[in-house]
Amino acid sequence: MSPGLADRTAHFVDKAPFDPGLSEPGGAESDSFYRASALRLTWWKFKRHKVAVVAAYVLLFFYGLVPFVEAVAPYNQTKRNGDFIYAPPQPVHLFHEGRLIGPFVYPYRFTFNMETFRRDYVVDTTRPQPLRFFCSGDRYELWGLIPGSFHLFCPPAEGSVFLLGTDRLGRDLFSRIIYGARISLTIGLVGIAVSFTLGLFFGGLAGYLGGWVDNVVQRVIEILRSLPELPLWLALSAALPPNWSPILVFFGITIILGLLDWPGLARAVRSKLLALREEDFVRAAELMGASKTRIIARHLIPNFMSHLIASATLSIPSMILGETALSFLGLGLRPPVTSWGVLLNEAQNLAAVQLHPWLLLPIVPVILIVLAFSFMGDGMRDAADPYH
Amino acid sequence: MIGFLVRRAGTMAVTTLIISALVFFIIKLPPGDFLTNQIAELRSQGEAASAAKAEFLIRQYGLDLPVWQQYLVWIGVWPGPNGFSGLLQGDWGWSFEYDRPVTEVVGDALWLTLLINLVVVIFVHVVSIPIAIYSATRQYSVGDYIATFIGYIGLATPSFLLALILLYYTNRWFGISIGGLYDAKYSGQPWTWPKIQSLMSHLIVPTLVIGLGGTAAMIRRMRANLLDELGKQYYVTAKAKGLPPTRALLKYPFRMSLNPFIADIGNLLPHLISGSVLVSLVLSLPTVGPILLAALKSQDQFLAGFILMFVAILTVVGMLISDLLLAMLDPRIRLGGGK
Repeated sequence: MSPGLADRTAHFVDKAPFDPGLSEPGGAESDSFYRASALRLTWWKFKRHKVAVVAAYVLLFFYGLVPFVEAVAPYNQTKRNGDFIYAPPQPVHLFHEGRLIGPFVYPYRFTFNMETFRRDYVVDTTRPQPLRFFCSGDRYELWGLIPGSFHLFCPPAEGSVFLLGTDRLGRDLFSRIIYGARISLTIGLVGIAVSFTLGLFFGGLAGYLGGWVDNVVQRVIEILRSLPELPLWLALSAALPPNWSPILVFFGITIILGLLDWPGLARAVRSKLLALREEDFVRAAELMGASKTRIIARHLIPNFMSHLIASATLSIPSMILGETALSFLGLGLRPPVTSWGVLLNEAQNLAAVQLHPWLLLPIVPVILIVLAFSFMGDGMRDAADPYH
Repeated sequence: MIGFLVRRAGTMAVTTLIISALVFFIIKLPPGDFLTNQIAELRSQGEAASAAKAEFLIRQYGLDLPVWQQYLVWIGVWPGPNGFSGLLQGDWGWSFEYDRPVTEVVGDALWLTLLINLVVVIFVHVVSIPIAIYSATRQYSVGDYIATFIGYIGLATPSFLLALILLYYTNRWFGISIGGLYDAKYSGQPWTWPKIQSLMSHLIVPTLVIGLGGTAAMIRRMRANLLDELGKQYYVTAKAKGLPPTRALLKYPFRMSLNPFIADIGNLLPHLISGSVLVSLVLSLPTVGPILLAALKSQDQFLAGFILMFVAILTVVGMLISDLLLAMLDPRIRLGGGK
């Protein structure tokens, strides 16, 4: 053996002083890492998922609008503009003949085309009409209670602003999409609350009691999961009495949506409960003499709640899509209630696709919200287990 | 294997029975029924003779019996006014709206529903397997990102609108005629080659639309499964031994990742069938979807009940097939079952 090799294989000891805090990069940071609560860890991990954070902000923005739709929309949802039936979207401009004059629109002049029997809208580019901001416009009652007329922006004094065009009664589509957000966005949350309660109850029952209860719940879950959702939704919504008020129909539909959605959540609760029961920390709590209620409330529920919230978030999109489909088919919400599905119901025929393609625009917020919930749910699911 | 088969068939029978009760309960939920509504209408018009006929029908179909008896008569284990005559005996009831037996009303629609769903299942598998393999073996490549993006869009877009838009543009760009299952000129004609061609070209849009959501979900799951397997020792060993990459991939990790894939047919089917009902309505395909919607709206109870039973049984049978395939593929399942 050559002396060189022996040198290299000899046990090397650095003579410099050793500080254990330096061996891991970011000493102070890792210290706070080990002391952080599970919730804080989850939050840190979620923040690392950039797409999920963006999705969360998008959702925050949309849900932030929900309480104030009346003020955000330039028109009332039922305001009919008889002169502007099926008017195409009016784009907002900033420059008129090379000069900056702030956001404005060009007015429409409408002529009836006797050959095609359609309304032709001609853009009059000589008269720019500036938009008004923080102004007083259509009267409304905020939440049906507080009367007001304040709007974020209003049409020009002598003109109109149809950002996304108008429908067959000349109602502004942009305003109606904003009003529709209130119903479409809350229906997902209310529906998930129904299915969350049912899932927690039945899953908890099955996981905690075990035995024949577990067996029965499992079978019921299997049967419900093997049923095609939509035909059942159709059948159940057809069973809603036609003389119900719009509010009752709204709750009826959410309950129907939630009623078929809980099995997935119940299964998650059950399996989590069964797995966590065997964990060391539960054994430790038992040995220290903790009562059953304390173990469930302090140790089990906080542990699987994050998972549950993540999977609940992931099933909100199917609720929103479900409402949209039902309303589209005319079995869900009905006018005068405005939801994105109700708006899409107007775009049901090929004529809409061909002649008035802007009527399909309510699909954009639907896709946006569904994607945002999916991405945020993915991020939450990854973050739900911060120790892995 | 025989034992597994018997066990599974037994579960299926019980499931079907419970589903039938559920279905009957749901279609009986709305107050009144088709005939009582009709009688009230006829009475108000003073047509006593027609009202008498409707009352005869009520007795004929036992609609005056208590609900639980009606249910038992409907499935055929209780003697109705015509003796034992229900689903079990192959009597699917009477459609009041069409004034014809349910068998005649649904007839061809059943086969077309079956055909469309079969084509979609095949489409989903044929498309998603290669894309998933590509995405997994070239993770984070441009192709992978494109597939992921299209997948997310597919999951988020309501199928009915996609159907509407595709319908319009396929007609505009490729000249494929709109709606229906084949060109109008072939209706009532015998099945000839041009008619089959027409049928196939009309199936493209529905298959694409119904299958898109399922395909997206499948690709995501298959990609994740395959990625798990690709990092494992046995695959590294196989490659190190000098096995050609494609063969190494298809022989080991691919087969392993296929397992949850087949188990997923069970989850996929209810969604596909939901999708096919919805898309049929938009594309006016002559499947059971449009008939179901009309029957539900007019409370045509035997027709609606039969169609709901049909789609439910379709899913249950599909799940059975997926379980059997899984048992054939994986010996652990058929030996370990029943515990």
